[in-house]
Amino acid sequence: MNERILMCGNEALAEAAIIAGLDAYFGYPITPQNEVPEYMSKRMPEEGRVFLQSESELASINMVFGAAATGKRVMTSSSSPGISLMQEGISYLAGAELPAVIVNVMRGGPGLGNIAPSQGDYFQATRGGGHGDYRTIVLAPSSVQELVDCMPLAFDLADQYRTPVLVLADGILGQMMEPVVFNKKPRRKLPPKDWALTGADNRKQNIVRSLWLKEGVVEQHNYDLQAVYKEIEKNEILCEQYEVDDAEIVVVAYGIAARIVRGAVNKARQEGIKVGWIRPITLWPFPTEQINKAADNFKIFLTVELSCGQMVEDVKLAVAGKAPVVFYGRAGGGVPTVEQVLEKIRQLTLRPENII
Amino acid sequence: MDGKRNDKGLPIGTFERLKVAQNSFCEELIIAGFGGQGIILAGRLLAQTAMNAGKEVTFMPSYGAEVRGGTANSMIVISDEPIASPLVSRPDSLIAMNKASLNKFAPCIKTGGLLIMNSSLIDSKPNVDQSIDILAVPADDIAVELGSQKSANMVVLGAYLQRRGLFRADDAAKSLPDILAKRYHKTLNINAEALQHGAEFAKRSV
Amino acid sequence: MMQKVFSKPQALKDCPTHYCPGCGHGIAHRLIAETIDELGIRGRTIGIAPVGCAVLAYDYFDVDMVEVAHGRAPAVATGMKRTNPDKIIFSYQGDGDLAAIGTGEIIHAAHRGEQITVIFINNAVFGMTGGQMAPTTILNQVTTTTPLGRDASKQGYPLQVSELLTLLPGTIYIERCSLHKPALIRNAKKAIKHAFELQLNNAPGLSLVELLSPCPTYWRMTPVKAIEWMENEMTKVFPLGRLKG
Repeated sequence: MNERILMCGNEALAEAAIIAGLDAYFGYPITPQNEVPEYMSKRMPEEGRVFLQSESELASINMVFGAAATGKRVMTSSSSPGISLMQEGISYLAGAELPAVIVNVMRGGPGLGNIAPSQGDYFQATRGGGHGDYRTIVLAPSSVQELVDCMPLAFDLADQYRTPVLVLADGILGQMMEPVVFNKKPRRKLPPKDWALTGADNRKQNIVRSLWLKEGVVEQHNYDLQAVYKEIEKNEILCEQYEVDDAEIVVVAYGIAARIVRGAVNKARQEGIKVGWIRPITLWPFPTEQINKAADNFKIFLTVELSCGQMVEDVKLAVAGKAPVVFYGRAGGGVPTVEQVLEKIRQLTLRPENII
Repeated sequence: MDGKRNDKGLPIGTFERLKVAQNSFCEELIIAGFGGQGIILAGRLLAQTAMNAGKEVTFMPSYGAEVRGGTANSMIVISDEPIASPLVSRPDSLIAMNKASLNKFAPCIKTGGLLIMNSSLIDSKPNVDQSIDILAVPADDIAVELGSQKSANMVVLGAYLQRRGLFRADDAAKSLPDILAKRYHKTLNINAEALQHGAEFAKRSV
Repeated sequence: MMQKVFSKPQALKDCPTHYCPGCGHGIAHRLIAETIDELGIRGRTIGIAPVGCAVLAYDYFDVDMVEVAHGRAPAVATGMKRTNPDKIIFSYQGDGDLAAIGTGEIIHAAHRGEQITVIFINNAVFGMTGGQMAPTTILNQVTTTTPLGRDASKQGYPLQVSELLTLLPGTIYIERCSLHKPALIRNAKKAIKHAFELQLNNAPGLSLVELLSPCPTYWRMTPVKAIEWMENEMTKVFPLGRLKG
């Protein structure tokens, strides 16, 4: 299994999910993630598992809800407009504390937008997305290999904390091909799913629900959920940083934007510019502490996104006024080039006071 | 991916494969043309060839409506190091299969770069500076002579490989079975032959 | 020695219900619970509660149960049955849930021939939200959103979902019963049991039993009047009988 295979992100994440023990996939076609259901339609029956093309994203997410309620490992995938449709179901998953994995291969919006890569769904992903006071864990891989690595983690996190987990990719990550290695990594120790609906065979009835009409019960339920979220914030933050210690400029970017930033930072370093980068891998929980620490010495923060500026708000909260935070991004399917980001970095070294 | 902590005790991702990302030795290439000209297949084959040769590689196809008649392009980055951006804005090399692609991408080629153009479909001179090495390959004509116009993509790829010298046309031919679905394996020979003819054309045009 | 001639089904909990006097839900619950008992399937049954008056059905049924988003029960049932083909999955849905917001889900679950059992409670009105018009509200019926009575030119005609579903090859058994007379209730029990038995025997498709059910509260009638109205008006629009299978 250590052989390198050239695969596109969509197929690679699908295979990684299968290796991670996926029991069922439910989905509805939408570009640019159609390779996921297509791959699943072939591979899942080969493994004797369930693939079903649903009639809508509403149905997909509720099929996921049904399978998850019975304790199965289950996922769906879609792209931005389809993920909007799933928000009802994601809210119910969060309310009913059901584990599930949802992959969003983001495209340009709002509305039908286009099929080009985008990071415009950051707010939706990291703020819960649907109605109610909840969060979902959000993983933001930045290469095809990382897509592969984050799928088993997504399922484990979902099972451990009984929460929906979002994998936030984009059109480039879904479509691009890179060599990947499928490693079977050791699993986390997970709690038994004694809450699952398996038929009340010689045991008391199990109920999966998100409605409690008795006064104060939903309030308490919310506090219980928040306690889980605190636990997640304590244990599960992932981020990567590079040459931050001597940096005068710190660039923050995630997913495919981080790849572009990396190229630009490498070039800037060759020009002698003291620049480093921080890449959040979990977007929720957000690496607030890491970014706050990096802001202790006076530095300029530059956030680069494929949007009009969403994560930049979290960066500002993390920096907490210790340093200026500048934004550069392109939206609606526009992708910044390495040169454009490099130029922005150069500008910041010249006359930061004019730019901020 | 999980569990590791940095010296401050904070959890941190460990993605070894991405750590370096220098783009040090690096060939950035764009192949562009009409949808239906085999642009994606040619890119895929080059990426597979690079991977089989032990290189790091990224391959980004344009996606969407370009099945027939639209524009299609493949962006390929080949390196000895892990690759930062898979998107190519300033290619070292461009393979232009039609006029529109030439006009769009030729001005972006790096100084001293390489331009392979399909002279069967492009009659005009490219607007590039003198440092660019230009090789005009009558790819469709060569392919028609071989009996399959569809393999013009392999002709240009063969010419590119010969001129650039990263891999041999033969390496690409050996990688063909990895990327062609079984039902297309009957075209293995014609594709290999087209790669070879492209390479020979480039050899003669020194 | 005393002989026990009547008792509560094991699959039903011993608790007072929140349903209004004269409501049909309690009867429907009992018929399903009796069926689960008689077939001996409590240990492998999973029920799905709708959004509507029966949203708290899991407080009464003593089987594994889930409460789901409004109208999505057939999709949830699909997810359950596909991953657990050995379990008996039933959804319990009202007319707002199944015939309004969940029309897409029921049609496609039926169209795929999901091997699930759907109990469809038709009381011609939205009960939980306070008596608004349902798709199944009959013409001239007064509701809180049709204060002048349902007018076909403005609100369309009552939707006959069961008849519509008979057209799909994926449905194997559809019957409309009513809960307004003892003989009809006995017949409803037979239909429910048949629908469960089909699933138990892996019959290839979806089974659905529609139950016409009284809602005296939001029909603004006494229970006695409600039963008369069902007999004289409702069953004319929704004729009883086996529609398919």
